[in-house]
Amino acid sequence: MTSNLGNLSDQAASGQPVLTIDRLQVTFATDGGDVHAVKDVSLEVKAGEVVAIVGESGSGKTVTAKTILGLLPETAISSGAVVINGNDVISVSKSTLRKIRGRDVAMVFQEPSTALNPVFTVGWQIAEGIRAHATDGKRISAKEAKQRATEALRKVGIPDPETRVNYYPHQFSGGQKQRVVIAAALALNPGLIVADEPTTALDVTVQAEILQLLRDLRDNYGTSIVLITHNMGVVADLADRVVVMYQGDVVEEAPSRVLFAEPQQDYTKKLLAAVPHLGRHSASEGARGRLHQDGGILVEAKNLTIEYPGRFGRHGFKAVDDVSFTVSENEVFGLVGESGSGKSTIGRAIAGLTRTTGGSLKVLGYEMLDFKERTFRPLRKEIGFVFQDPAASFNPHLTIGECVAEPLMIHTKPSAAEARKKVGELLESVQLPASYAQRYPHELSGGQRQRASLARSLALNPRLLIADEPTSALDVSVQAKVLDLFKDIQEQFGFAALFISHDLAVVDMLSHWVGVLYKGRLVEQGIGNHVMGSPQHDYTKRLIASLPVPDPDEQARRREAHRALLGG
Amino acid sequence: MSTPALTAPRQPLFSRLPVISHLKKSVGLQRGMLIVGVVLSGLFILTSIFAPLLAPYGYSQLSDASGSFPTQQAPSGQHLLGTTVGGYDVLSRVIWGSQTAVTVIIVSVAMSLFLGVALGLLSGYFGGWLDRILVVVADAIYAFPTLLLAIVISIVISRGQSSFWGGIFSCAFSITVVFVPQYFRVIRAETIRLKAEPFVESAKVLGASSIRIIGRHIFKNATRTLPLMFTLNASEAILTLAGLGFLGFGIEPTSAAEWGFDLNKALADTSSGIWWTGVFPGIAIVLTVLGLTLVGESINDLNDPRIRGRKRAGGTPAPGTPAAPTTPSTPAEAGKP
Repeated sequence: MTSNLGNLSDQAASGQPVLTIDRLQVTFATDGGDVHAVKDVSLEVKAGEVVAIVGESGSGKTVTAKTILGLLPETAISSGAVVINGNDVISVSKSTLRKIRGRDVAMVFQEPSTALNPVFTVGWQIAEGIRAHATDGKRISAKEAKQRATEALRKVGIPDPETRVNYYPHQFSGGQKQRVVIAAALALNPGLIVADEPTTALDVTVQAEILQLLRDLRDNYGTSIVLITHNMGVVADLADRVVVMYQGDVVEEAPSRVLFAEPQQDYTKKLLAAVPHLGRHSASEGARGRLHQDGGILVEAKNLTIEYPGRFGRHGFKAVDDVSFTVSENEVFGLVGESGSGKSTIGRAIAGLTRTTGGSLKVLGYEMLDFKERTFRPLRKEIGFVFQDPAASFNPHLTIGECVAEPLMIHTKPSAAEARKKVGELLESVQLPASYAQRYPHELSGGQRQRASLARSLALNPRLLIADEPTSALDVSVQAKVLDLFKDIQEQFGFAALFISHDLAVVDMLSHWVGVLYKGRLVEQGIGNHVMGSPQHDYTKRLIASLPVPDPDEQARRREAHRALLGG
Repeated sequence: MSTPALTAPRQPLFSRLPVISHLKKSVGLQRGMLIVGVVLSGLFILTSIFAPLLAPYGYSQLSDASGSFPTQQAPSGQHLLGTTVGGYDVLSRVIWGSQTAVTVIIVSVAMSLFLGVALGLLSGYFGGWLDRILVVVADAIYAFPTLLLAIVISIVISRGQSSFWGGIFSCAFSITVVFVPQYFRVIRAETIRLKAEPFVESAKVLGASSIRIIGRHIFKNATRTLPLMFTLNASEAILTLAGLGFLGFGIEPTSAAEWGFDLNKALADTSSGIWWTGVFPGIAIVLTVLGLTLVGESINDLNDPRIRGRKRAGGTPAPGTPAAPTTPSTPAEAGKP
């Protein structure tokens, strides 16, 4: 397939480490004083090896990755050694560093749509790296560079690369864009690829494809990969060896199988226990029929259609297409789907943030098709809404107490003392100390903020709660706590909930009844347990099969099954 | 991201004030620029407040106990910066001029602030026909050269007369009309951005009224850039005022002292070698504008964490050694080169 693999196979034969990090320390200067992002990290990556660095946000994993390519900002100071092919990245001159980048080590970024420049063709962008590294002073002609770019695109499985090389980034889908980014990283056959959360921005089904591609690269070309991720499923799927980081230090380092089977450190154990595992702790375990059907129906959608208007002379975009479902009192309805499936649109339509355009949507008896803010406002106190990003859903200028009291102030207008008392109770019900009412949103951690957000949505004792991806911005261990809390509170307060998420395992943990959305259509709905265990629709099957589970052996089996599913 | 802030106590009000908080987090050249700006602006404001004490004579004084002032006298012991062709004392007029300038800045910027912010909030939040009309009007005002517009409005308001407040208001109004679109634009853009923020949506979901959302959730978040705009516009206001005065649309010397007007009168003196009547009002304009601009630009730079300079991490490592040890307490690192 490719012609210039010479230096790679040499390396693989000698068994030399491609990358050695020795006692790396990185410190950032910030307004709040020095921050020691990486305290003491040492690791080695051998040729053809996939090493995963896992950790929660703030553990220093991305900073470590950036140091490998010398991409730290000016405010950072690093010490120790990062040796790639005999060059210490930390101490080499800028021109040597430029030579190392691309030739010896390349990077794959998290968000493929921002890593590519929208005004150049992908071929040009891949060729840019090739032409920057002209060997022995010879200039590489544009034609040759383009040919090599085409070759790189072929390697990463882009169909019809001769034509596609002239395409612009927006002409590719998200997964294909990430393939292009990987192609650009591969263009000069570097021995090492640093992949910083390469699949985090992608849907589960696309994630499975990209992981397969990375595995093929290692198998076919012997490329070493440093994989930075927070997703234990991805680690189980791809990594040979795992380095667990916590607050700038390496906590544990072990081969993948050993780490998942017998974690040694407490932190690793806690981390693994917090990862939601499909098929465990299902909320609908043992259920035979649909639960909680004795109460009234709060939300009823019949052939609901929501269309976003198109630009002049173009058809609109149907975000939700002919969807029918009901949510009853006390029931948790889980809505799963990939990005663009219309799941958030449905949630927003129920809350009156998006207008419906067809069919019928009855929320607490109110027909949303003839929505008027004035007539709907009295119903608002019956509906709580938890937003995805807890940082953005609080006004940064108000204290947590003021934010939580906001719904009370609007609807019941209590006295200051009453409000303070009620806020204290609410905060305690979500397991936050009442003293946090004095703090500002930025003074809370992500998980605490999301709890406060839950407290705010519960302030008026709503009958219906809409939770739009409430945990997807949180770390795994925090997510586990928030989910537990959500479950407890739902049982305690007894509200109905529409739980929207892209994470099947999370939805299964909470929901009694699950609906699967695909391109605006509700392709399947049923008891959570049954949908996850024996999916009926092809898309649901594919979705569940592509979800990596945090167990290397089981994941290897699932991978084979997935491949068979796609092949057959 | 916010871990260090978790335990940090809230700073006292004084250190959170715009310029003072900026001064605290600045280093090096940026700090120097800010200090120079603050000192110049401070001098300007102090001079205007204490003008009656500082100025040796009144702004329209032509004589004292010892008789009429000589005209076009070079700087001397009695008239430190000389006198003008009309017999006014240049030093006194420069000092009194600062008072006029401050008044015009305060009146014009306050008016354009209130109008611009209010219109921007309403237009950005509600959108629709109101928004379209206001944007078209703002664009139309942009299309005029600012000085021309100011002249037209000055004529309309004062009809050629120029008492102290008449002159001040005609200047201030014309500057207001020129600046309102700027405030309007900035606030409108911020409002439109904030309207889509989850915290505004969450207020909507809670059932908050539009007035409450604008007043409680958008206003404070949309007006963060105002201190910056204020300082930059203040210097522009002085230039417009000077321009109006220079073209003869300013305030008569009997009503108030005005730098632009004095410059205009000094025009004829330059050919006859009389430099002091023009140079000193000119220097006053330059220093004031420089001071206000330095403050504004420094605040702009310091507000942006990507441009803001910081002290290096780990104290002060020797220059030119990027890989200096960051924690000297670690024995293994201490001996390393």
